Amino acid sequence: MSTEKAIEVRGLRKRYGQLEAVRGIDFSVHVGEVFGLLGPNGAGKTTTVEILEGYRDRSEGDVRVLGHDPQQRGRELREQVGIVLQSTGIYRHVSVREVLKHFAAMYPHPRDVEEVIDLAGLRGKEDARTRTLSGGQLRRLDFALALIGDPALIFLDEPTTGFDPAARRDAWETVRQLKELGKTVVLTTHYLDEAQALADRVAIIKDGRILVEGAPADLGAGAGAQNYTVSWRNGSGTLNQEETDDPTTFLHELTSRALAEGVKLDAISVTRPTLEDVYLQLTADS
Amino acid sequence: MSATAPTTAPVQPTTTAPVAPSPSFAGLAWRQYRLERRMFWRNPSAAFFNFALPLLFLAMFGAIFSSNQKNLNVIVPGIAGMSVLSTTFSALAYNMTFMREQGILKRMRGTPVPSGAYLLGIAGNAITNTFVQIVLITCAGKVFFGVDWPKDLGELIVFVVAGVICFASLGVALSHVIPNYESASAYVNAIFLPVIIISGVFYDANNAPAFLDGIAEALPLTHLIDGLSGAMVKGTSLGDNLSSLGVIVGWMIIGVFLAVRGFSWEQRRN
Repeated sequence: MSTEKAIEVRGLRKRYGQLEAVRGIDFSVHVGEVFGLLGPNGAGKTTTVEILEGYRDRSEGDVRVLGHDPQQRGRELREQVGIVLQSTGIYRHVSVREVLKHFAAMYPHPRDVEEVIDLAGLRGKEDARTRTLSGGQLRRLDFALALIGDPALIFLDEPTTGFDPAARRDAWETVRQLKELGKTVVLTTHYLDEAQALADRVAIIKDGRILVEGAPADLGAGAGAQNYTVSWRNGSGTLNQEETDDPTTFLHELTSRALAEGVKLDAISVTRPTLEDVYLQLTADS
Repeated sequence: MSATAPTTAPVQPTTTAPVAPSPSFAGLAWRQYRLERRMFWRNPSAAFFNFALPLLFLAMFGAIFSSNQKNLNVIVPGIAGMSVLSTTFSALAYNMTFMREQGILKRMRGTPVPSGAYLLGIAGNAITNTFVQIVLITCAGKVFFGVDWPKDLGELIVFVVAGVICFASLGVALSHVIPNYESASAYVNAIFLPVIIISGVFYDANNAPAFLDGIAEALPLTHLIDGLSGAMVKGTSLGDNLSSLGVIVGWMIIGVFLAVRGFSWEQRRN
């Protein structure tokens, strides 16, 4: 993993009149990584990302995206950034291929249009008018439009909202492909399994502050004792759960006793706190 | 605050080709214009009504006034003025509201296209429709309504250009006030309908009752029609109509100021 920074944020604040939406945030995103931003609605997550994307001015702090200040809205930065937003629309009376060609012409070194059509899974729909596309196909078009400029950095805003499970798997695969292409990805999502599966590092935002930042696997470990949860079904079928910090000994005792009593245990599992557990614990109203 | 500002590594382009120059402003404006034209024609019902409406008015009033050349001389430049208003003011008020609320403006704002190039392409589409309509009305005037070819073509062009810029900017300015697309026609018609009646599209504004006269004199459409009338029918020169041009330019300045000032690329959050 590169240690060069694609994005660096220091002391970021955003005020809307009396309301402080972002209260002093620091984080960085390394080149080539997938960085997840999680948080409840109203946490300041969307505001932060919009500031990074250049849609919103900040009140205080330093922000550097690919060496530029996004607030300057320089063309050079916009040529290297792709944005997939839920709330953007597109022309209705153009074909997929036409709109991709139109957007490609805005960039100094765009990707090949046919390649992007395939990459986004839109083959077969390239001549269809955008108003005939389904919701899922429109999201894939959003993806294609963000990729057509061959950007170094891509912002994905809730990319799989409303997707069925198969489409989600495809989308996850596309994000992995982006990473293989060397892109840096900033992903905002509500789906914790998605962040766990895709992100190299995540930051959890609540009430305008970052609560915790790090690799998904490491987040659970720091928060308190190394609690493992062992669950099993005993002979009568009831599900039992126990927390322990020494699963080896516990399992040994559990299974020895079961063997001695001639009981067959079922659905034995040993788990550590998932990102979801950490997230829910941190973002619970205290 | 730390002594040194944070720096990030500028990232090399992922291709091995030499760094290409950014696409030109003019090229992007032209491409946007061509796309807007293409999309206009692909919405046949909208395109049809766009051109049919002024011709419909011309046919109706032409039939009503068919024996009265004096009145015909009023309605041809009058309807020409109305078509400038509808192709720029009304069309842009609708379009900009629609594109803002649909999230199209927001998407464009995230691309490298310069805002000016993008908006020029959109305005160009509206203005093309204006010129086509003026040509159609002028031809219909000559062929059907006994209104000869414009006496002063230069003056006609000057007034049409001034009218276009003035009404285009006012239309964009109005879009800033319209909260959503469903209410757009209410806002637009609340202005469009009284204005075309008061400004003398269908009758000579000089014959209007006194209380309307003051309002008419303040409105830019009245003066546009005066200028068009001078160019198309009366044969008065540009020099004679400079004060009319001045009123249009005055409104143009207000329009441009308001169009730029309230500009929003994002949907109204309600």
